[in-house]
Amino acid sequence: MRPDQDPVIEVEDLAVHYRLQGGALARLLGLETRTVKALDGVSLQLGRGEVLGVVGESGSGKSTLGRAMLGLAPATAGSIRYRGHDDAEAQLVSAMSPRALRGLRTDVQMVFQDPGAALNPSMTIERAVGDPLVVHGLASGAELRRRVHEALERVGLSPVERFASKLPADLSGGQKQRAVIARAIIMGPQVLVADEPISMLDMSVRAKILQLMLDLKSDLGLTYLYITHDLASAKYFCDRIAIMYLGRVVEIGPTAEIFAAPRHPYTQALLAAVPDPDPTRMLPRDLPRGEVPDAAEPPSGCAFHPRCPAAFAPCGWEARDLRDQLERYWAGSGLADYESDARVVGDLGAVGTHRDGGLRISTRDPDAAAALLDRARAADVTDPFWRGVTGWRTESDGVRIDLAPGQEPRLRVAPGGEGRVEVACHLHDPSVSHADTPGP
Amino acid sequence: MARRVRTPRVFQTIWNTQGLARYLFLTGVLITGVFVVFALLAPWIAPYDFAQRSVDGVRFPKLAGASGEHLLGTNDQFYDIFSRVIWGARTALLVVGLSILLSAVVGVPLGIVSGYTGGWFDRITVFLMDALYSFPSLLLAIVFSFLLRNAIGGGILAAALSLTAIYIPQYFRVVRNTTVAAREATYVEAARAIGAPPVTVMRKYVFGNVVQSVPVIGTLNAADALGTLAALGFLGLGIQPTEASEWGYDLSRALDDVSAGVFAPAFWPGLAIIALITGLTLVGEGLNETLNPALRRRRLRPVVLTPREEA
Repeated sequence: MRPDQDPVIEVEDLAVHYRLQGGALARLLGLETRTVKALDGVSLQLGRGEVLGVVGESGSGKSTLGRAMLGLAPATAGSIRYRGHDDAEAQLVSAMSPRALRGLRTDVQMVFQDPGAALNPSMTIERAVGDPLVVHGLASGAELRRRVHEALERVGLSPVERFASKLPADLSGGQKQRAVIARAIIMGPQVLVADEPISMLDMSVRAKILQLMLDLKSDLGLTYLYITHDLASAKYFCDRIAIMYLGRVVEIGPTAEIFAAPRHPYTQALLAAVPDPDPTRMLPRDLPRGEVPDAAEPPSGCAFHPRCPAAFAPCGWEARDLRDQLERYWAGSGLADYESDARVVGDLGAVGTHRDGGLRISTRDPDAAAALLDRARAADVTDPFWRGVTGWRTESDGVRIDLAPGQEPRLRVAPGGEGRVEVACHLHDPSVSHADTPGP
Repeated sequence: MARRVRTPRVFQTIWNTQGLARYLFLTGVLITGVFVVFALLAPWIAPYDFAQRSVDGVRFPKLAGASGEHLLGTNDQFYDIFSRVIWGARTALLVVGLSILLSAVVGVPLGIVSGYTGGWFDRITVFLMDALYSFPSLLLAIVFSFLLRNAIGGGILAAALSLTAIYIPQYFRVVRNTTVAAREATYVEAARAIGAPPVTVMRKYVFGNVVQSVPVIGTLNAADALGTLAALGFLGLGIQPTEASEWGYDLSRALDDVSAGVFAPAFWPGLAIIALITGLTLVGEGLNETLNPALRRRRLRPVVLTPREEA
């Protein structure tokens, strides 16, 4: 974003939480339901005329962010401000009435991931593309027809007569996506939220659709929020990139800088996962271990710490990290070991949180549990988890494990490099002690 | 415009269906078609009016056998059986058609609104409809015809309305459930994203995609409705004989004659009821098999390659 301009959209501490339904019994008894934090404190600014890429795995909240910008996902907390023109009054999207939101949709529009599902199967292309104008009462009759044809031509669906009367089922994926784009631009919007617009298309069509979107940007002065999981297309398409993980932005900065010097371990992992055409490279990649955690119960501290190869003391270690650690240890140990250990700690149900902080393993045989910890640590002493463990001691009915206090990393401007890169990682936080940090 | 494109496709699908379903459907159409002709042309086909007991001042005989004047004889009320059967087709199709139309007109929009808006409105309507659905339909029809008889009398409209009440829940259920599924579809979210208010979304985006199952329910209900109408008439709660000719009523009047050995007054209305119910059921099942993609088998048409012309 160029600093001399006001942002078109300004998102501050945005949170979108969804309540899970829970089981039938829980609903009958009115028990507490779990919430999924699809977005949990996201702040970013969308500069006029820029392309901001939002990159993340499935479940990172990137689509929710896009939907929230149109008011399709209700904000639980925080704010979204939209400013149509530089001298216009900023509108608070997150507090708009349904009627005001519908008005906003002439300015902020969306392109969907699955073009096959985004068009009403029983509406012809001409009616579908023209419907925004009809809904907002902006055009009718010959004027409507003229503008629909103009939009169809602009997105490359020409000769228009061939496509106008077709149903979506008669078009190819690329053609359908062009129609979806035509519908999005027909009202002359300022901002286009593109939610993985090319991920469902054939390889051969992807580049054409991206090129079309770039052409539209320069012709119509559009601003894009480009949501994707595909770093390669983001590199080609975006001015800036925001990397999301479990509902938070972990790193944001200019595309070139993100690719040249990724700072957050998650960004580094994502970049390492991009397929490499070098045939001599046969070594396995250092991909993050495990899966994306359940968004209803995100890890404490930095949400990425259980998978992070560079995690250290302040990253927010907790009981399930110890359980994972023991499971990994058993996976590498013999069956006999596991069976004797299982008698000590049960099926890991004994591992919990100590009431005075830290963790505890409740067992009748504390010495055996301490010995288990010794062995597990010796087996994999370099594992990041042990950097968070400051020590353990036996108690009468278990083992108490002391942990370094965890903190949540905040987005802060990363030192060095060109352009403004913000990163949420303790590794890049000068106020955190890096005594036991592994070498980069 | 969309309709113009789609309708021929539906007919094509029906026509291209393969095997038994095709013949069931065509048989059903044929039988129903005969009754539709009866209903439309009743004044010209039937020699007498449905409530006519005399011609030129001469009274009809009671319980007469078949003769040149009375093709199928007369019944105990001096009516001409053949005329009553023909006029009865008009009554049956009118009542059934009206009740199907009315229940669809009420049930479909109610289902769409309930499914799309959700929340407490949805809960209440689903509860009410389920309560209505859990009654035996004949019992419900009896209650409604009692209530309606006091309000608007025992004519065709009253009969149609009491049938309407028992079929609304069926349309409601099917449409509501498909709407709940369609509400989550991307094209509905896309409609909201272009700024369409809820009414527009329901009218333009949901409606067209949830009404496809309605014709099938309609034809299947038609058969059922006909049976219920006859049952109402048989119990004396349906249409009065002076308002219109109704097979169920004639059947109930003819019961005593059967025990006396005179079968014609019971046989012909009974046959008409069975034939029309069979016809409508066949149409319904045939439509179900053709339009429901889970059951459908398409007719295979051989590909004809034109031989290459020798140079």
